[in-house]
Amino acid sequence: MLAEYLPLLLLFAIAVGFVGVSLIVAARLGPWKPGPVKAMAYESGIITSPETEIAGSRFPVKFYLVAMLFIIFDVEAVFLYPWAVVLRDLGWFAVAAMAIFILLLFESYYYVLRKGGLEWD
Amino acid sequence: MEGPDFVSALIVANLAFVLWLLSTALLIWGERRVVAKMQTRVGPNRLGPMGIVQTLADGIKLFFKEDLTPKIADRAVFIAAPVISATTALVMFAVIPFGGTVELFGREVTLQVWDPEIGLLWVFAMSSLGVYGIVLAGWASGSKYPLLGGVRSSAQMVSYELGMALAFAAVFVWNGTLQVSEIVEAQSGTLAELGPITIPAWNVLPQVFAFAIFFLTAVAETQRPPFDLPEGEGEIVGGFHTEYSGAKFAMFYLGEFMNMFTFSAVMVTLFFGGPGGPLFGPDWLQAILPTLYFMAKTAGFLFIFIWLRGTLPRFRYDRLMDLGWKVLLPFGLVWVMLTGVIVVGQDELQALGMGQLLTLFGVVGVVALVLLILPSLRREQAEEEPAVPASQRVQRVEARELVGATPSRRPAEPPDDVGGDDPDDRER
Repeated sequence: MLAEYLPLLLLFAIAVGFVGVSLIVAARLGPWKPGPVKAMAYESGIITSPETEIAGSRFPVKFYLVAMLFIIFDVEAVFLYPWAVVLRDLGWFAVAAMAIFILLLFESYYYVLRKGGLEWD
Repeated sequence: MEGPDFVSALIVANLAFVLWLLSTALLIWGERRVVAKMQTRVGPNRLGPMGIVQTLADGIKLFFKEDLTPKIADRAVFIAAPVISATTALVMFAVIPFGGTVELFGREVTLQVWDPEIGLLWVFAMSSLGVYGIVLAGWASGSKYPLLGGVRSSAQMVSYELGMALAFAAVFVWNGTLQVSEIVEAQSGTLAELGPITIPAWNVLPQVFAFAIFFLTAVAETQRPPFDLPEGEGEIVGGFHTEYSGAKFAMFYLGEFMNMFTFSAVMVTLFFGGPGGPLFGPDWLQAILPTLYFMAKTAGFLFIFIWLRGTLPRFRYDRLMDLGWKVLLPFGLVWVMLTGVIVVGQDELQALGMGQLLTLFGVVGVVALVLLILPSLRREQAEEEPAVPASQRVQRVEARELVGATPSRRPAEPPDDVGGDDPDDRER
């Protein structure tokens, strides 16, 4: 049964091999003359402000919210897939069940929307 | 399902890899040529006929470049990020059938690396994993532009992944399966015959709405214009790959274009019958025709991708998120439910006849699309300035120039001022 995965495994090996060999070969081929200026973070050609380097760990909290909402709705989308496969066998029962599920989701979606969770400034 | 033997697995995996890599190289060259034509430039034309080996030359050049790592970067993650990005892009196309069954080296080989029952879930999973490459690249660089680019990219990608998941779901409901070969098989029939023209039973007709959603999300997911905010040069330099150079940068570049190719191929597979098409001619031609059909259809979509880049300006970030969350998500959910109702209610609706049912569904889709587009059109009209005859506008500018006013110091004109019927204003 696992033999089914053989081509995928081979493709994966080829892909990793290609990427790995490329990076290793390129590291040997290219010049290597490190310097303090080259090791700076990019700041459009001027001396890097300390803020750039410190701010490397700060970003708007808004993005966490997107991540959380994504997980909720993505899990819901994954629930749709098995439903899609068995829908023909289960008939109206499955439709009704999914309708209730999606209605509940819409309720939370509406809540997030009204709370301004999807607003960007 | 019985697995294939080792040699044919090796053949098909290698074949797919070489085909995808070559196509990607050609795509990069093709994009540069086409965009150049759209901008009345020449584009790369030096190496090989019409510059066709330009991509290879660029790749070689990047290999001989110094590979810089900023001092503050997290070294291990910094190296891992391009590997993740390129590898996920390179294995994503495993489930896509790119031809029929051909005989190679004395073996029957089906031109599809992997045909599992979970099918396109693989594409979905790999594109989600691809987000890791981007967000880790941004984070590991340790400076502000890559970080902002990285979180922007990942927020955009996860937002549009929802729409994409729903578009997938609608097709799965319609065809009742996730297996790619079965979805392609279901599209091989004929929907209707109008005289000499045969309309194939491609999913795009009944699922036009899902197709529209999928197309938009595919453009956003590959971060192509007009959704290329993660690389907004004017704001955050190069986005997540600002600090990358040499071969690591080449890996990101390769991954990006390969994703573009793969998503076009998914579009062809899901909505346009995959490698299906009329077969004719001698045996050898029949063997390669499906591959040719597949490549031709995919090339068509790739051209549209490039065309969009040549035509549209970049979206604003809030508009981008609005489109993903407030339009594609709710409409996608409703469409999946509607598809489910139609699929289950087929017997009840059978009186109408299958062909008419499909048409009806397509019409519903088109109407929904129009309803979707209308509000945004109306909004754009409202935001435009009231129409002013061109002659009046020119006059106004001249008058201002003559008296030596400095228009740049004045605040933006209120819209009702544009009519130019205020004498004071004109004298100033």
